[in-house]
Amino acid sequence: MSQFHLNGRAVSVEAQDDTPLLWAIRDDLQLTGTKFGCGIGFCGACTVHLNGRAIRSCITPVGAAAGQQVTTIEGLDPAGQHPLQKAWVAAQAPQCGYCQPGQIMQAATLLADFPNPSDAEINAVMAGSLCRCMAYVRIRKAIKLAAAEMQQDATQGAKP
Amino acid sequence: MNTFIRMDRKQGEPPSPTRRSFLIGAVASGFVMAFADASLILPASPETVVAQKTYDPALWFRIDADGIVTVNIVRAEMGQHVGTALARILADELEADWASVRIEHVDTDPKWGLMVTGGSWSVWQSFPLLSQAGAAGRTALIEEAARLMGVAASACVARDSVVRAGERSITYADIVKRGSLSRSYSADELKAMPIKSAAERRLVGVDTQAIDIPDKIDGRAIYGIDAQIDGVVHARPKVPPTRNGSKVVSVDDSAARSVKGYLSSLTLEDPSGTVPGWVMVFANSTAAAIKAADLVHVTWQSDDTAGVSEHDLLAHAAKLIGDPAAGATVVNDEGVDAAFAAAASTLQHDYTTASVLHFQLEPINATALQKDGIWEIHTGNQWQSLILPTLAKALGVGEDKVIMRTYLLGGGFGRRLNGDYAVPAALAAKALGKPVKMTCTRADDVRFDSFRSPSLQRLRMGFDAAGKVVAMQHDACAGWPTEVMVPSFMPKGKNGRPYDPFAIAGADHWYTVGAHRVRAISNDLANRAFRPGWLRSVGPGWTNWALESFVDEAAHKQGIDPLAFRLNLLDATGGNAGSAPNAVGGAKRQAAVLRRVAEISGWGGALPKGTGLGIATSFGQERGMPTWVTCVARVKVEPATGVVTVEKLFLVADAGTIVHPDGAMAQMEGAALWGLSMALHEGTRFESGQVRDTNLDTYTPLRMRDVPEMQIEFLPSTEAAVGLGEPATTVVAPAIGNAIFAAVGIRVRHIPIRPRALLDGVHKPA
Repeated sequence: MSQFHLNGRAVSVEAQDDTPLLWAIRDDLQLTGTKFGCGIGFCGACTVHLNGRAIRSCITPVGAAAGQQVTTIEGLDPAGQHPLQKAWVAAQAPQCGYCQPGQIMQAATLLADFPNPSDAEINAVMAGSLCRCMAYVRIRKAIKLAAAEMQQDATQGAKP
Repeated sequence: MNTFIRMDRKQGEPPSPTRRSFLIGAVASGFVMAFADASLILPASPETVVAQKTYDPALWFRIDADGIVTVNIVRAEMGQHVGTALARILADELEADWASVRIEHVDTDPKWGLMVTGGSWSVWQSFPLLSQAGAAGRTALIEEAARLMGVAASACVARDSVVRAGERSITYADIVKRGSLSRSYSADELKAMPIKSAAERRLVGVDTQAIDIPDKIDGRAIYGIDAQIDGVVHARPKVPPTRNGSKVVSVDDSAARSVKGYLSSLTLEDPSGTVPGWVMVFANSTAAAIKAADLVHVTWQSDDTAGVSEHDLLAHAAKLIGDPAAGATVVNDEGVDAAFAAAASTLQHDYTTASVLHFQLEPINATALQKDGIWEIHTGNQWQSLILPTLAKALGVGEDKVIMRTYLLGGGFGRRLNGDYAVPAALAAKALGKPVKMTCTRADDVRFDSFRSPSLQRLRMGFDAAGKVVAMQHDACAGWPTEVMVPSFMPKGKNGRPYDPFAIAGADHWYTVGAHRVRAISNDLANRAFRPGWLRSVGPGWTNWALESFVDEAAHKQGIDPLAFRLNLLDATGGNAGSAPNAVGGAKRQAAVLRRVAEISGWGGALPKGTGLGIATSFGQERGMPTWVTCVARVKVEPATGVVTVEKLFLVADAGTIVHPDGAMAQMEGAALWGLSMALHEGTRFESGQVRDTNLDTYTPLRMRDVPEMQIEFLPSTEAAVGLGEPATTVVAPAIGNAIFAAVGIRVRHIPIRPRALLDGVHKPA
């Protein structure tokens, strides 16, 4: 049994410690926004945040999350209005949409590390997130839109 | 091309609304507007027809007392935003306020008729009927508004869900509340219904946000794999070593018993023959089923296909192509052999394509349960009508006892046209007497994929003494999905033999080449060794690789610029002149996209050493529904490593009327990148009865970093709206191959193009 915080709420799951965190989230806690794609950490569809950092939940044992903060796409923003989510709509990025929760969670880490990412930084950080519809042009565009909005917000927030 | 699918019309014609009537009947919440067979309407009032639901169920909409218009959608949503495009067509004619329009994706029901989402057909097939339905609804709303306002209908104008006559106005909501819209229009009245001119369109051709997108960015979107059913038993299969001929000898689950949550293993008995040799491993969670299945040891007795390799498949294809009597002649002009015999010179080359996986990101899955005597199958699917009879046979019940619940598709790309994955879940649920949810791991999914068959093609062209093309033959051999899964859909060739239209389309091109023969050959070894699938762009994905590479080679042989050579052949004469309603202009429109792409790509300009431009063009998925498309690729080849870098792709398409421009652009972007991915990045090999690559550690589709600059244009057009999901896929690989030749003089005749092929070419120029 593992106890951790999921989207700010204390949860406990019966699953054995070596169960992938992905299945604890999807089956035990019934949050299905986090997706199963490859099971070996190569597609990024299962990306969640562990203490704010993007990880692949399909290869992370639930035991490793014990006592820590796990954030899924459902918890990225209480109203689903994170700048990345708004930008994803503005850019009309999703096609089938299956990979997009993982893309957005990965992009959140990208922008935390590189608030104004270059194309090379986007390529490097997003390389592990496969979009089989190949909506990459719009994902890149959405990341840049969100970065611009977050920087603008930060600038305005700094004003007295 | 597929006459069976389009049951109510001739080849290449969208459904005709002319023999239908239209009716509007009151229901509790408002009014239903629908087509009905003209013979039904006379004896019954519209209310009776609506109450008894004897209207044509595949296409209807309703408007309620709040003015909300809800459009019924029988197509699967798999990333193409299909509901948005279809609803826009209807709402435009209805003059509805877009903010009040909703869509509803429906479950299977025999009443929908054929349910299939593929072939890039959805918009093309639906446009005429949706326009008519919208116009009829608008006419009724205006008539009733006129009565309520006491003015002449001719004085009324409908716009944004309001009918106005001078200073007076009434909303659609109020018309529904206060008026009676009940009426019916005869087939003749319907035919006379005023369809707006292209210039009056307010939604079609105007950008909007896709209705399905908001749920896809916050985890609310529900795919088949997200189905949650109480009391479900989780299952993962043990996929046998060969697709069609393996038998289970023994099952040893002793090691699996140590897995917490493991329940049992079961060898499936399948009356439908869909999943021979399958064993299902059951557990009380997905994770336990995955873990336990790894520990269940199954011994199979396999058939002879366990030894088949990609090399064997292509060797078999070579043997078949070498037999002039093999296959179906799809095009067979008079005098082909005589024209070749008389030719001053000829050119002949072979082209191959490797096996390609669907790798839709949501692994195949299905949940099955029986409720009140009805089997419910919960899964994402593109062709419900195809798999329902198989499910009924597997379960030993009538087709009326099976229903497929509709979910979003985590990628279709043709994989989910073949619903075979629903069968093991249904069999397991029946055997256990409990709901079963089967989730395949990625490797399970890939090993059970109905992947794109490898292909071998032989092209030959004859020229007269002046260099004019006087004869052409195109032979293509591949596994045939339609033969394996739905043989009744195969039309007959000129020699009377049935063929898979989807496996040869593209070879029946719009070039004027003199005496022309196209021969389609089924690779029966492929059909036995695996289940060939329809994969995004299907046959045109390989026929255009060969055709457009070969046309380039022919141009170079003749010493003519490849663009000029193509334009010469696209003279729009004879059978290539085109015809209404779908191919107005014919080859002239293909020439027009070529000219435009040449302009924007700087065709003919100087480029640095090792860099080249290559061009390719096509008419998309089928002659009866041409989407004129072309691509110029600018590539750089690094001679020391053989690495090909695609610097930029220029694409121009003429797809007739564009309904949802941003959605259309998304389809072009995705389709073009699929073409690039199949040209350079992915591709596998069949080895010992299985595909070699089963996950992303060795299978390498295109990633963000591999995306070149892209410039994509649609030529403005008000011609019939045609499909866009696939055409761009087909022109990218040959454009790249031709660009490689332009850059370094090496001719590649196989996709995927690996650095090795370039390095070999350095030492042995084409």
